[in-house]
Amino acid sequence: MTHLDVRDLACSYGSEKILKGVTLSAEKGEVVSLIGPSGSGKSTLLRALVGLTLPSAGEVRVAGKAVDYSSRKSVRELRSQLAIVFQQYNLFQNMTVMRNVTIAPITIKKRPKAEVEALAAELLARVGMEAKHDAYPEELSGGQQQRVAIARALALQPEILLLDEVTSALDPERVNEVLDTIRRLTDEGITMLLVSHEMSFVREVSTRVVMMDDGKVVETGTPSQIFDSPTHERTRDFVGMILKH
Amino acid sequence: MFERLLFEAPDFFTYYNVIFLLEAAARTLGMTLIGCTVGFIAGLLIAVLRQSVNPWTLPLRVIAIAYVETFRRIPFLVIIFIVLYAIQPLMENASLLTIATIAICLVSTAFLSEIVRAGLESVPKQQIEGARTLNFGAARTLWYVVLPQAWRVILPPAIAFAVMFIKDTSLASHIGVVELTFSGKMFVNRGFSPLLGFGAVLVLYFLLSYPLSRLGTYLEKRLDPSRRS
Ligand SMILES: Nc1ncnc2c1ncn2[C@@H]1O[C@H](COP(=O)(O)OP(=O)(O)O)[C@@H](O)[C@H]1O
Ligand SMILES: [Mg+2]
Repeated sequence: MTHLDVRDLACSYGSEKILKGVTLSAEKGEVVSLIGPSGSGKSTLLRALVGLTLPSAGEVRVAGKAVDYSSRKSVRELRSQLAIVFQQYNLFQNMTVMRNVTIAPITIKKRPKAEVEALAAELLARVGMEAKHDAYPEELSGGQQQRVAIARALALQPEILLLDEVTSALDPERVNEVLDTIRRLTDEGITMLLVSHEMSFVREVSTRVVMMDDGKVVETGTPSQIFDSPTHERTRDFVGMILKH
Repeated sequence: MFERLLFEAPDFFTYYNVIFLLEAAARTLGMTLIGCTVGFIAGLLIAVLRQSVNPWTLPLRVIAIAYVETFRRIPFLVIIFIVLYAIQPLMENASLLTIATIAICLVSTAFLSEIVRAGLESVPKQQIEGARTLNFGAARTLWYVVLPQAWRVILPPAIAFAVMFIKDTSLASHIGVVELTFSGKMFVNRGFSPLLGFGAVLVLYFLLSYPLSRLGTYLEKRLDPSRRS
């Protein structure tokens, strides 16, 4: 069954239409990458998927079940299956790394503290942050913060992970450590929807690439279709422009 | 003149007078503490209410905004008189101290709600959205994420307000509450030199407000994240 199924999703800020009917899907374990120029609505799409921005039309199904974004219960259930990591300012500034990772499982999911801390330690080790349990976010580099943010998202054991340009606010030398972390996750069968401008990375890890422009999906295909033989001129321009840099 | 103060001092610092002064200081301190505590709690509720976007709370929000904007603009003394004349018919045996305290709470709530609001608004919205996507409800987001971060923005002006407020409670003397300022006047009326009467009052005001300022400085340092090791 299609794990994440988005049909004709529309979103507006005030009177301005930002998403004009977006359709895409991801099978279980797929890594779907969203590419497209800045302002094309990629972030808005991810925000709408987690219920931070209310869609004005369209349908979202997770594992076959339609999400009702106007129902708190439905949104709560959705968020227990789907985690998101933003571009920056993710971590709670008033909590240590360990607390950031454990707070939601302990206080929201009411799971036993010892068990959650063991899981958190394992996840932090997996993202290479095992030495920083007691550090506060401001004591970490941007790349380290993003790796902790990924560990925090994973601590809820989501089935779907959304990543919105998680490396674009980082210094160039920090980008790879975060990409390595994501790369390892793609081997674990978690369904991923990621927005990235790191084209070689997108090409390497994605099962499918979705090109967006002006609130719409321009074209969808395998990485080689999109990067080597795009059918739409808009995709060709965008890919050509990005790869030149 | 200095000789006169020395000459009067033994008569002034009698057991009865010292107790009288301390009681007056206690009233000043009590009105300030109650005013700031009630004001902080009610101010927090108003600030949180004003952040709500739920259409059901709209009438409450309108009332809250009208209240805050009005009470911050009327002179404190006028509020004290309004409360005096509004409350007396309702509660015939309300003491003047009670009336002054109610007026104080009304004013401090209005001011502190603005201080708290500025603090809540200083927390980046990404922090709140992060909490939401982790399935924190509104109350948990406030308690675990927003308040701990807003605290260090709220505290310095809140303490500065309390220090100012110690002085403002002297306006309660206008309706006859025997707090510090009024006690100074009473000593002068009894024939003591104003320098002595108000000098003692000055020292007591200082003793009330200085420790509070120091507490503020201490808490500010403790809450400053860059000094947390
Ligand atoms: N909070 C907002 N209010 C109004 N317009 C917004 C808001 N956020 C984004 N937009 C607009 O929506 C469009 C899409 O933005 P976004 O989804 O962030 O694009 P992308 O992530 O692809 O760069 C842009 O034109 C942007 O100006
Ligand atoms: Mg974006």
